[in-house]
Amino acid sequence: GLFVWHLKNTGMRQIPCQFVHLCRVANDRLITFQYFNFLKRMYVTQYNKDLSQRAKPKSDLVASPFRELQQLDQEKKVIHKISPISPVHPPLSETSNRNGLREMKSAAEIEDSITPVRAESKEDRQWKEMKLRLEDLPGILARLSKIKLTALVVSTASAGFAMAPVPFDLTCFVLASLGTGLASCAANSINQFFEVPFDSNMNRTKNRPLVRGQISPLLAVCFAASCGVPGIALLTLGVNPLTGALGAFNIFLYTCCYTPMKRMSIANTWVGAVVGAIPPIMGWTAATGSLDAGALLLGGILYSWQFPHFNALSWGLREDYSRGGYCMMSVTHPGLCRRVALRHCLALIGLSTAAPVLDITTWTFPVISLPINLYISYLGFRFYRDADRSSSRKLFFCSLWHLPMLLLVMFTCKKSFLEKEDKGDLLGGNHGRAMEIRLP
Amino acid sequence: PPAHSHNDWIGPPDKHSNLRPIIFYVPPEESPLERRLREARQEAQACNQRFWARHNCAFRQEKEEFIYSRLKAKGLEMRDETGQKATLNAEEMADFYQDFLSKNFRKHMQYNRDWYKRNFTITFLMGQVAVARALRWLRWKKKNVGN
Repeated sequence: GLFVWHLKNTGMRQIPCQFVHLCRVANDRLITFQYFNFLKRMYVTQYNKDLSQRAKPKSDLVASPFRELQQLDQEKKVIHKISPISPVHPPLSETSNRNGLREMKSAAEIEDSITPVRAESKEDRQWKEMKLRLEDLPGILARLSKIKLTALVVSTASAGFAMAPVPFDLTCFVLASLGTGLASCAANSINQFFEVPFDSNMNRTKNRPLVRGQISPLLAVCFAASCGVPGIALLTLGVNPLTGALGAFNIFLYTCCYTPMKRMSIANTWVGAVVGAIPPIMGWTAATGSLDAGALLLGGILYSWQFPHFNALSWGLREDYSRGGYCMMSVTHPGLCRRVALRHCLALIGLSTAAPVLDITTWTFPVISLPINLYISYLGFRFYRDADRSSSRKLFFCSLWHLPMLLLVMFTCKKSFLEKEDKGDLLGGNHGRAMEIRLP
Repeated sequence: PPAHSHNDWIGPPDKHSNLRPIIFYVPPEESPLERRLREARQEAQACNQRFWARHNCAFRQEKEEFIYSRLKAKGLEMRDETGQKATLNAEEMADFYQDFLSKNFRKHMQYNRDWYKRNFTITFLMGQVAVARALRWLRWKKKNVGN
């Protein structure tokens, strides 16, 4: 259903947010159902990791292992579309400032239907003039900046902002989101600039603008600079220097550490997880101006989430990674890959329990989130034990709805300002207030 | 590409290297800087094409050999009764992927260094050409306005 949030202090009516989950069944029937989330619209596309994305720049993860999905006519395929985002290693890391770049990366683009695919591949086989048309530019830049991954990154940053125990400041929120988004675009573009021949060879990423010659490398770099510089400046001057520094650091981490490391060592996954963890920290520091335990906890949750997400995704992309020369755990250390995924699923339970201890949420949060955390841990265990495609896919798809749901529950269980001051009331009033959204 | 075109043309992905070939347009009054850029791009294209075509072919070939040897070890033929090509499942192929990646690691390291260097050089040259063209256009504009 639709939820409308009311901001008590401003008396403003916020735009209702919808989260639309698109599921596609094998016979092309579209089932849509609404799912509440701040800003996220997620598509899961073939994952080709990259970085990607993994989200925001991170995301390179994008693979076409799900190509096999198309061939399985009998099987019910649930395809979630993820709006831009490059998840941490989950491809997307994306995402920029490496916000979530990694996430996106993991999402690969799944062709929507057979016909469009055929038309596209036919067009693909023709020679094209390398001339930039102005009307194509917005679409090209959107793809260059992995706009869907960027949106996911911005939404994790918004989650960080919303969880901070301070009165909600709309201007600050908008500036922080905008700055984060710009930084994410910049990082994603640089990531694509670096990876042209590798992207050409992987199914998930072979339709990127630089690979197809729709835009020149020079223009890509200029676009990245014209997004990154204002983005970081906006964060530093319009929000606070700490957020700006984090943003700049994240861009650096994503483009100069994660991207080259993908081809050098499996440690890239951990770097990418950090890239994905920084955006919510940025959201928090934008609101409070300081790096406290709550920020690190939120970052920790995102960090741990990246592993089941990306490791499950990369399990199906092993052929493309091996051929492309990417050093990923799923190829070189498969046992470690599954162990780490399971470990971090369990860590999510621990982190959720730590939230009320640090005064970020009420104690209803670990209780309500326990079922979903246990479920993802169960899938993580199945993946660990079975090590096959079906368990990896189950884990991956679970991670897609697990994160927004976890953040949503976290927000609804947020410890309100007033509650904090009157701890005596806490346990008594909790249940009644748990589902009420109150922003002091 | 048509003869009257003043732009580069990019084609479909190559069968072996998956890279898209570019046919470069040589303008009649190409400056030395522009020529350097074009030649750098052509050289990079040729290098990339060579590397990936060879690499991908090696991958395909080694993959076939691996499948063949594994099938033989299991006592199966390459093609079953229906004439379909027999394949191994993902878990069995994982050994091959692991092996292939580690075997080609050094090759990839070398290629990475090479590619990054070329990419930066070409982009920098593009920048220089763009600046030179902009200055030329400004001078032409001034001349025209003056007249």
